[in-house]
Parts: sequence; structure tokens; C-alpha cells
Amino acid sequence: MPLAHKLYDTALVLAPAGRLDHDNCESFREDLAPHLERSAKDSSSIVLDLSGLEYVSSAGLRCFMLAAKQAKAQNIRIVIASMQPVVAEIFQIARFNLVFEAYPKVRDALAALSPAAAADFDRG
Amino acid sequence: MRVRFWGTRGSIPVALTSADIRDKIAVALMRAGGRSFGSIGEAYAYAEQHLDFSLSHTFGGHSACVELETGRDEYFVCDMGSGARPFGAHVLARQAGRPATVNVFMSHVHWDHIMGFPFFGPAYVTGTRIRIHGCHDVLEHAFRLQQAPPCFPVEFAQLSADIEFVRLTPGEAREICGIRVTPAAQMHSGDSFGYRFEAPGKSFVYTTDSEHKLENRAQTERFVRFFHEADLVVFDAMYSLADAISVKADWGHSSNIIGVELCQMARVKHLVLFHHEPAYDDSTIEGVLRETRRFEELTRGTQALQVSAAYDGLEIDV
Repeated sequence: MPLAHKLYDTALVLAPAGRLDHDNCESFREDLAPHLERSAKDSSSIVLDLSGLEYVSSAGLRCFMLAAKQAKAQNIRIVIASMQPVVAEIFQIARFNLVFEAYPKVRDALAALSPAAAADFDRG
Repeated sequence: MRVRFWGTRGSIPVALTSADIRDKIAVALMRAGGRSFGSIGEAYAYAEQHLDFSLSHTFGGHSACVELETGRDEYFVCDMGSGARPFGAHVLARQAGRPATVNVFMSHVHWDHIMGFPFFGPAYVTGTRIRIHGCHDVLEHAFRLQQAPPCFPVEFAQLSADIEFVRLTPGEAREICGIRVTPAAQMHSGDSFGYRFEAPGKSFVYTTDSEHKLENRAQTERFVRFFHEADLVVFDAMYSLADAISVKADWGHSSNIIGVELCQMARVKHLVLFHHEPAYDDSTIEGVLRETRRFEELTRGTQALQVSAAYDGLEIDV
């Protein structure tokens, strides 16, 4: 699964795309790990931009749960943005809406994390 | 085959409170909006057709007890939770004085799954044969222990029925009164076991108090084989997925999401959510059912999976 990433001031935006299920959840975890480590080191926050995520299974949700746990343990703030309607419904049914703060757009998430990150986003 | 649910609640029996009943009646009256009914039949029909199940009924509160009616002379029942008391009354009424043979299949011996046995009427009737099947070496010990002083006034040895404990082995099928029964080991504190019941052209799986670790592909594949093309799977869906894999990980229970995924992989026809969280009220369970049906719709492949939520008194023909 491609994991595009871009830093806005102290907020790192990660954008998984496609389907996240049993077949690729481990590689997603491996791709995510260095970003979590870097954020812990840099005291940066993470926005998971899910606009490109078409589907997530229970195995994929587990990856998000592990990321949330690791972020909490390392005092990293991690939030979600731009979920497609199907993924948003799955998050709701699985009660992952109680695990992550979710925002309609990446800009909204960045603004909630840091005005400087939102300003950086606005500058393009 | 007919599956009849006598107890569907997880962990501990629950009962509606007087305030719960008052609230249901008040909302039902409001919904009726001044309508009048000429007979009790009309009122029943209105309740069935126009009110939410959670308003006009209750999912119920007995702990696990599920009967499998096979069309044969002997009774089959999974677990002896508090639902065993009304099940016992049903057996006695149906037998009308004739001695019964009851085959019990125990998922495990945690209290909520054995607590109904001291109140199981047929156990007090001479001539009744009760065969308690299970895979635990502590099976008989647990049944005797809960009736030992000072916990209960009637000791196990005083029961009049002819009671036999039958040890089964996970993965080994056994023919019992024309039904093929196969136990499967499950993940739960102290171990638990699911059962697959098969008659020609029909199959039913009872799988409760079973945790599924998403990272364990081998375990997932084993359960997909165990559920394979079953007509009906009664599944422990006690927690939300988020709870099951975080704060309640290793508590030995599963979620509606995992139930749907496993049943879809196994091409099961009908999934029944079971072992309801005792903290959930009727409206919450109905909400979980509605969401689970939606999740099934969102993730459906080529075959639709029917989804129901068990309630005390539910009967499903397989």
C-alpha cells in the first residue's frame, strides 16, 4: 500500500490509499512504523489522510488501533481526516470513532493540531 | 432442525427494571397517538408491525442456553446458563410425565454457563437421563462444586436423574442420536469449545465465549473451516471491535465485525449475534444489530449473509 507523506510545520500528513485488509496490513504497519518513530523524536503530530482509503477490514482497523496505542504511549497526537463515506461508516460501526478524533478535511485536522501547520498547508 | 434460544445474555443474567417497562409503555402510547384497538389481537398486530422490537419486546436476560430441536426423541442443548430453568420447564411440560433424555454440550464451565443447572427441573425427575458433554477435564467437578455447601441447598448427589459426563475431544466428530457433533477449541480464559452440529443437509454452529486474534491467520483459517457453509452460526458478539482489541483484549470475547467477516469467508447463511453485553439495554442491542446488518451490506461479496440478534424466546428453523 502506498503511504504518501508530507510535513506541514510540525504535523506529518500520511495518506494510505486503496484497500487495507489481511493481505497488506502488516506491510502498512511496517510503512507506518518509521513515521511514528520520527514523530516521537521530533515531537510532531500525525494526520492520517484517509481520502484515498477505499475499504478497511478488521485487520486494517487493528493496525490503526496499534498506531493509536503507540502514539499514546509516546505522547504523539494522531488524528484522522477526510474519510470516504464507507470507511467512516466502518469506523463508526467498529466504534473507532471513539478511538480517533476525526475531521472532515486535512486542513481542519491541521488547524486542530497547530495554527502553524494549517498556515503551512495554506501556503501550499 | 430448529434452534430455540432460552438464554442469550453474556456474563450475568439481567432483568428489565420497573422504570424500563414504564418507559417502554409510555413511548408506545405516544407512538400510538390516540389510536384505539378493538381487540387484543389488533393491539398485538400494532405492536408487531409498527413499534421497534426494542420497544415492544426485550432481548431478554437469561445467560447462555440454546436448544437444538432435531426432530428426534432426545433433547440437545448448548450450555446450562440461567436459561436452563425455563428450558427445563419446557422439557417437563412436553414430556408430560415421560422420562426425557437430554444431551448437554458445554462451551465451558464459567459460572454464567452452568448456573441454571441447579434449577433445571428434569434433573430432579427419576428416570431422566442427562448426558453432559464437554472437553474440559474439570467439567464434572464444576457441576458438583456449584451445588456443594454452602453455595446451594441441594447437593449434586441428591439429584434424581441419571447424570453422566461425556468427555469429547476437539476436532473429533461424534455421532449422537443421529446428529454429528464436532467440538472446536476456542480462545477463552480456561479454554472454551464451540460445537458444530450436522444432520443430512443441515449444519448449525454454536460458538460463544471465543476471542479471535486478528493477527493469527492460522486461527482465522481454522474457524473459517469450522463454520464452512453452515446454515446458522450463533456467535459471541459481546463487544465492539474497538473494545475487543484494546481495553477488553484477552477478555475472551469477540465482536459483531469479526462475526460478519468470519461468516462471509466461510459462506455461512445466517449469523446470530449472541452473548449480549449485560450493560447494553434493548435499544443498544437493536442498534448493534442494525449496524451489523449495514456492515454486512457494505462488505458483501457474492453471497448475502442474514444477520439476527438472539433474544430469549427466538426460534430459527434451519
